[in-house]
Amino acid sequence: MTGSTGAALELRGLAKSYDRPAVDRLDLTVRAGEFYALLGPNGAGKTTTLRMVAGLLKPDAGSIRVLGIDARTDPIAAKQITAWVSDEPMIYDKLTPMEYLAFVAGLWGCDPATAQASANRLLDELGLGAHAHQRCEGFSKGMRQKVALAGALVHEPRLIILDEPLTGLDAVSARRVKEILQNRVRAGCTVIMTTHILEVAERMADRIGVIVAGRLVAEGTLTELRGQIGQGDSSLEDMFVALVDSEAAAA
Amino acid sequence: MSAATLAGFARHDLRLAWRDFLAMMTAGRRGRARTIVLALIVFALFLHLPAWAMVGSYAGLTQEADRGSLIVIAATVALSWLLMLSQAIESVTRVFYARADLDLIMSSPVPLERVFSVRMAAIALAVTAMALLFAAPVIDVLAFAGGAHWLSAFGVVAAVGISASAVAIAVAVLLFRLIGPRRTRLVAQILSVVIGAGFVIALQVAAIMSTGTLSRFTVLTSDAVAAFAPAMSSALWWPARAVLGDGVALAAVLGVSLALLGLVMMTVAPILGDLVVNAASVSLTPTRQTGGGQFRRGSRQQALRIKEFILLRRDPWLVSQSLMQLLYLVPPALLLWRSFSDRSTAIVLITPVIVMAAGQLAGGLAWLTISGEDAPDLVATAPLPPSAVMRARIEVVLMGIAIVVTPLLLPLAWLSPLQALVTAAGCAIAAAAATAIQLWFRVQARRSQFRRRQTSSRFATFAEAFSSIGWAATAALALTIPLLGLISAAFTLGVLALTWTFSPRQAA
Repeated sequence: MTGSTGAALELRGLAKSYDRPAVDRLDLTVRAGEFYALLGPNGAGKTTTLRMVAGLLKPDAGSIRVLGIDARTDPIAAKQITAWVSDEPMIYDKLTPMEYLAFVAGLWGCDPATAQASANRLLDELGLGAHAHQRCEGFSKGMRQKVALAGALVHEPRLIILDEPLTGLDAVSARRVKEILQNRVRAGCTVIMTTHILEVAERMADRIGVIVAGRLVAEGTLTELRGQIGQGDSSLEDMFVALVDSEAAAA
Repeated sequence: MSAATLAGFARHDLRLAWRDFLAMMTAGRRGRARTIVLALIVFALFLHLPAWAMVGSYAGLTQEADRGSLIVIAATVALSWLLMLSQAIESVTRVFYARADLDLIMSSPVPLERVFSVRMAAIALAVTAMALLFAAPVIDVLAFAGGAHWLSAFGVVAAVGISASAVAIAVAVLLFRLIGPRRTRLVAQILSVVIGAGFVIALQVAAIMSTGTLSRFTVLTSDAVAAFAPAMSSALWWPARAVLGDGVALAAVLGVSLALLGLVMMTVAPILGDLVVNAASVSLTPTRQTGGGQFRRGSRQQALRIKEFILLRRDPWLVSQSLMQLLYLVPPALLLWRSFSDRSTAIVLITPVIVMAAGQLAGGLAWLTISGEDAPDLVATAPLPPSAVMRARIEVVLMGIAIVVTPLLLPLAWLSPLQALVTAAGCAIAAAAATAIQLWFRVQARRSQFRRRQTSSRFATFAEAFSSIGWAATAALALTIPLLGLISAAFTLGVLALTWTFSPRQAA
């Protein structure tokens, strides 16, 4: 049950192959209470990695520890403290946001009164208060994404995994989501997020990991990354492009 | 040729319709088309056998047929027309709500009248083609055994398809105008079901009330109906006379149908664009308020069950399907009510009908709850084992069936406790079997893909039907000839075993 002190997520030798290796013996450690951005080009293995952590995919090899819990041998305990939000919001058209949150709270076995209060607060924070009792069938993609995000947060997870959570959100909504996530991190939560919006990673993440062809090729704070890549005061975008290009050349 | 011409649009629509049909038949898997075509040909040939048994004895009829025969033919044409109307209403409504390529076409500089004229003609063509396909074995048999004059029935089927499509378009547009786009979808779906099942059920109800049986022909050939029938010179006999080879009647029937479609197309095409736009704007405007969102104390499985029940209650398909099942249960319920007074032995007929309905409804429910999951990631990342999720879903299916059949079983229990017990057991087994088949063949899909569920596995669809029929027969035989009931049960178990053997779960 014990893992490295202070690690929210520990991946060791994680591997998954389809026609070719999607995740290639990946070692990754995310510290508890940090905001971690996982970057990589399309098809790099980011989503596959996170889906394995969330219990949606079975790894071919390797270990996954979530806050010290071995997610492969005790998946229920790991899921109890984890939340997953994918880029494609999966909600029920025929449920209202409030019904959806009640369902999620029931699935995670939350205390009804606490969950109700949390749901009201989340829907208000995300600008969905006026739509709380309208069925989701007519919602825009951004609204659906916010409902899915509220669902991920309503059960007070300690590890939040988000795959491109800002897709489809307008600028105001995106800012609200970022604020909510940062507040969660300040409260001790760990957030792991993939994004193609490098500016978001640059501004929000405590540490950034870059994954190419299923392997972690660079990791650290922005300053550390600059040091690793040897590009003085370049932007994250410049560093990212340089990294991906050099990996492609090496392959 | 420009794509914007009428012919260009027609070609575009036909190509889409053909590819949609192929995708439905092959479940989207390439390379299966040849097998499917072969299977369809074999199936079509096979259909000639039941067709022979059904109508072979009528092949000798000529244009000088008696009043009773004309009534039966006219009623059959009327029934076909209603069934096609039901199908056409569904097709027309789908055009309003399924955006598909409409966004592209409607944003192009093409007169919308032209686009929608072609769309309406395509609906008429599709409905007619399907009707001709199903009618072909019957007409082939009649023509082979009775003479070429029966071939004119193909023309009547075409006329029936064309006129039913015209009326369906008019009905759908009228609904849009009267009750608005938001309600039209559900009302049209229910209307389609009621129209499709209504005629058969009305005849059965009439038969029960007059003779105490479920036979429709008993009513059609009765003196009472003959007395109400119009004079032999009436135009109402034209379709029946056209079926029997009367060329003038056939020309009249076809002419009226085409004129009706033309009239509807001319009237409706200019406003159809606005209706489609309205339908689209409704789906983008969330205004349906629902109370609830109750945060309850309870198990995680209970949360799943509550969610499933809410979704089932709000599922338009399930509403119309349940309505249809309930409609089909009206005649046996009526028979049950009559039997209270005269203790008729005909009451045994109720058992297979209820068991069959339970099995069929369970198949649909099981698909919606087991395969149709709109948020699979959410459920998969929830802290409860997959087996608990599956158990909760199966419980929902069985509870749903219990809710539907209990109101029928209670009066039956008062009249005949043993029959009620056998019926209840039959329902439970038929529902469990249908659920098991869905489990063995489950493929994750969105609930909105329900219409295509039967094409994902033809094998599972047939197995589900055979299982329901088998358990219905078993229950009926258990009450009348128990030994045959045992044989029927063994046969149905064999069907299930065979299904399991061929299921993907087993193969994996």
